[in-house]
Amino acid sequence: MRLYVDHSKCSGCNACRVACSLNLFGENNPKKSALVIEPLFPEPGTYNVKVCTQCGDCAVACPTEAIKKNDKGAYYVDFAECNLCEACVPECPEDVMFVRAELANAAWKCDLCGDCVAVCGTSALWIAETEAAA
Amino acid sequence: MNGYGGKILRVNLTNGTFTKENTPPEVARDFLGGRGFGIYFLLKEVPKGADPFGPENKLIISSGPLSGMLIPGGGKCDWTTKAPLTGGYASASMGGHFTAEMKYAGLDSIILEGISPKPVTLFIDNDKIELRDATALWGKKTFEVEKEFKHKLGEEFQVAVIGPGGENLVPYASINHDYGRQAGRGGVGAVMGAKKVKAIVLHGTKSVPVADIDAYRKAGMALYKACKDAEGLKDWTRYGTTIVVSWCDEVGALPTRNFSAGSFEKGKNLYGPVMREKIVITDKACFGCPCPCGKYSKNKKYNSFVEGPEYETIGLLGSNVGIDDIEAVAQANLLCDDLGIDTISAGNVIAWAMECYEKGILTKKETDGLELKFGNVEATFALIEKIARREGIGALLSEGVKKAAQKVGKGSEKFAIHVKGMEQSGYATHNATAMLLAYMTCDVGAHHNRSWAITYDLQVGRELVVPEKVARVIWLQNFRPMFDVLGGCRLQWVELGIDRDLYVPALEAMTGIHRSWDDLDKVGERIWNLTRLFWVRENEGFGREWDLPAPRFYEDAPTSGATKGQITKLEDVHRLLDMYYEQRGWSTDGLPTAETIEKLGLKALVA
Repeated sequence: MRLYVDHSKCSGCNACRVACSLNLFGENNPKKSALVIEPLFPEPGTYNVKVCTQCGDCAVACPTEAIKKNDKGAYYVDFAECNLCEACVPECPEDVMFVRAELANAAWKCDLCGDCVAVCGTSALWIAETEAAA
Repeated sequence: MNGYGGKILRVNLTNGTFTKENTPPEVARDFLGGRGFGIYFLLKEVPKGADPFGPENKLIISSGPLSGMLIPGGGKCDWTTKAPLTGGYASASMGGHFTAEMKYAGLDSIILEGISPKPVTLFIDNDKIELRDATALWGKKTFEVEKEFKHKLGEEFQVAVIGPGGENLVPYASINHDYGRQAGRGGVGAVMGAKKVKAIVLHGTKSVPVADIDAYRKAGMALYKACKDAEGLKDWTRYGTTIVVSWCDEVGALPTRNFSAGSFEKGKNLYGPVMREKIVITDKACFGCPCPCGKYSKNKKYNSFVEGPEYETIGLLGSNVGIDDIEAVAQANLLCDDLGIDTISAGNVIAWAMECYEKGILTKKETDGLELKFGNVEATFALIEKIARREGIGALLSEGVKKAAQKVGKGSEKFAIHVKGMEQSGYATHNATAMLLAYMTCDVGAHHNRSWAITYDLQVGRELVVPEKVARVIWLQNFRPMFDVLGGCRLQWVELGIDRDLYVPALEAMTGIHRSWDDLDKVGERIWNLTRLFWVRENEGFGREWDLPAPRFYEDAPTSGATKGQITKLEDVHRLLDMYYEQRGWSTDGLPTAETIEKLGLKALVA
C-alpha cells in the first residue's frame, strides 16, 4: 500500500498537511507534515505534490534502525530511536524524508495514516496497493 | 492562548520600531479575531478625523481562530483601516495562505502605524522582524515583486504586496497575494502605499495550540466530511463563483452597461462553462479549502496567466463595460491585479465613464482621445493603466465614481453607481429589494458579501417591501461577517450548504470556550453596530442620506432584459430604511440609539 497523487487535481490548499501534522505530532503545523506541495505560479500555474512511495530506502540507510514497518506495511519513524543523523534524507528519491531539528527532535515521514486522503476535497490523493497504480 | 497565534505585532513605521504584546484575552473573548479585532483597534486607536493617508491612520491585519487550522476555508485575512475611498470604515477580506502563515508566526494581528520615511518591506520570519529597504521595488508591479521574494526566500514564505495603484494612492488600490488573491475594497492598498510599505513577507513554523486536540481533530474531520459529501461540491469546484453568471443574467441581476440593465444580450459568452472550457487550467484554493473557487487560467489570446476571473470581475469588467469576450475580461483582471487596483471599483468607474462618453458628457478631449464606447476592450485596458498611474483621464477616474461624478456633474451623478462612495459590486438591484437594502446598509459601502440576499428576493418575491425581508438582511449581516471575524470562509456554508452548527464544537475545541451560533450572531450584531458608530464618528451629519442607493435603481428602469421596466420606488426605498432602522434599534435617521448601545454593551467603547 502507498499514497498516490494526481497532481492535476491538487488545488494547493494544504489541508492534507495540517491533517498530517496532527496525526504525526498531535500538533497543528503543516511545516511538520510528510507531504510537500510545490506551487508553480504564476507559470505554468500548477501544483507539484511530493508523497512517499514506501520504497524503504530510508529504512535501509538508517543506522539506528529507527525506521520500521507498521501494521499497514508502511515505514514509519520510531521517534525514540532516531538520533537526527540525517542519513535517511539524501536517500529519499521523493524528497519526503524530513529532518528539521528546530521543529522536531526526530526525523519524520509518511506512515500511511490516510488522514490526508480524508480531508482532500478534490480527491487528488488516494491509497492503493503498490501494484495497482492508477 | 488556545486557538490563537497569541501576539499582536505593532510596527511603528515612522521610527522603525516593533513591539509585541500578548493578544488581550478579553478582546479575543468579545471580538474573536479578524474583522472583530479590526474594528476594535480602529475605533480605539485611530483618532477621530484622522486623515486616511496620514500617520494617525492604522492598517490592521488580522487572522482569526479558524485561520490556519483543520477547518475548511480557514484562509481568510482581514485588513481594516479608515477608508480613503469613503472616509468611513474599510474591512477587506483576503484569501490565500497569508492568514495561516500569520498564525504559524504566532501573530493574531499586525498593526501598521505611522509612515515610513522611505519604501520598506516588512520582513517577518517567526520572531525575527525587520524593515528592509524597498526603494528598488517601488514602482514595480505585484507579480514581479511576489516572484522576486518567492525566488529569493522560498515557497514557505507568504507575500502581500501593493502595485503602482497603491503607491499612487488610488483610493481603491488593492493588496495582492498568492498571484491572484486580493484585499480589494475600500483602498486598503492605498493606505499601505501611504505608509510606504511595498510588501509584507511572512514565514512561521510554530504550532498553534488548541484546548482539546482530540476533539478539535474530530470536529475538523467532520467539517471536511460534510463538505466532501455535499451534493454541490462537484459543480462548485468546477466553476467556482462563475457558476452564478448565467443565473444572474437570467434573473436580471448581472450588471450590464453601467447597471442600466440586469441582463446582457451577449452574456452567454461569459458564462461559467464557456470560461472553464476556454481558459481554466487549475482549481486554486485558499488555505484549507476543500471546494476551491479559485479558477486559474491560461489566456492564449493574450499569452498570459491569471487567477480568475471570478463572478464579480466578470460582472464589472465584462457585462458592465459591455465586453463579452472572456479572454479580454481575464486580461483586464490581470492588469488590475498586477497594477494593484480593485477590479470591482475599476469596472464600475470605467462603465460610468463610458456612459458619460456615450451621452456626450465626456468627449475625446477629456478621454485622451479614447473612444470610450461600451464594449471597447482596448480602451478598457488603457483606462486601467491610466487609473493606476493617475494619468490623463485616469486621474479623474482614480478618484472613485462618486467624486468623479461630482467633478464632472451634468447629471452624471445620477448614474454613478455607489453607496457611501464605494462602487457597487456585481448585482443589479432595480427590483430586488433585500439585495438593494443589503447594499444600502452594508458596513463598507455598496458591497455584496455581508448580506447576499438576492436569492432570498427571488425566493419570496423580489418586489416585496416587508419586515421579513429586512429581518433576513439583518440576520445575514450579523451572521455572514462572523466568518470574516473567525478568519474563515463562508462559502462552504453558502454554496455547499453544510450545517453551520458543525463549526461550534470545532471552535470550542480550539479556544476552550463554548459559543453557540446565537452567541456568535450577537457578536456579529455588536460588531455591526460598532462599524456604524465609526461612520457616525468620522462623518459630520452622517445619517439616512448616506444609505440611499444610486438613483438608477429607483427612477431609471432597464429598457431590456429580465428586469425591463422594473424599479424600486423611492418611497419604498425609504420604507425599507424605516423598517431596517427600527429593527436595528437605530433612530429614524439611522444612528444607533443610546439604548441600543447600552443593550449591546458597547458604551465603554464609544464613549
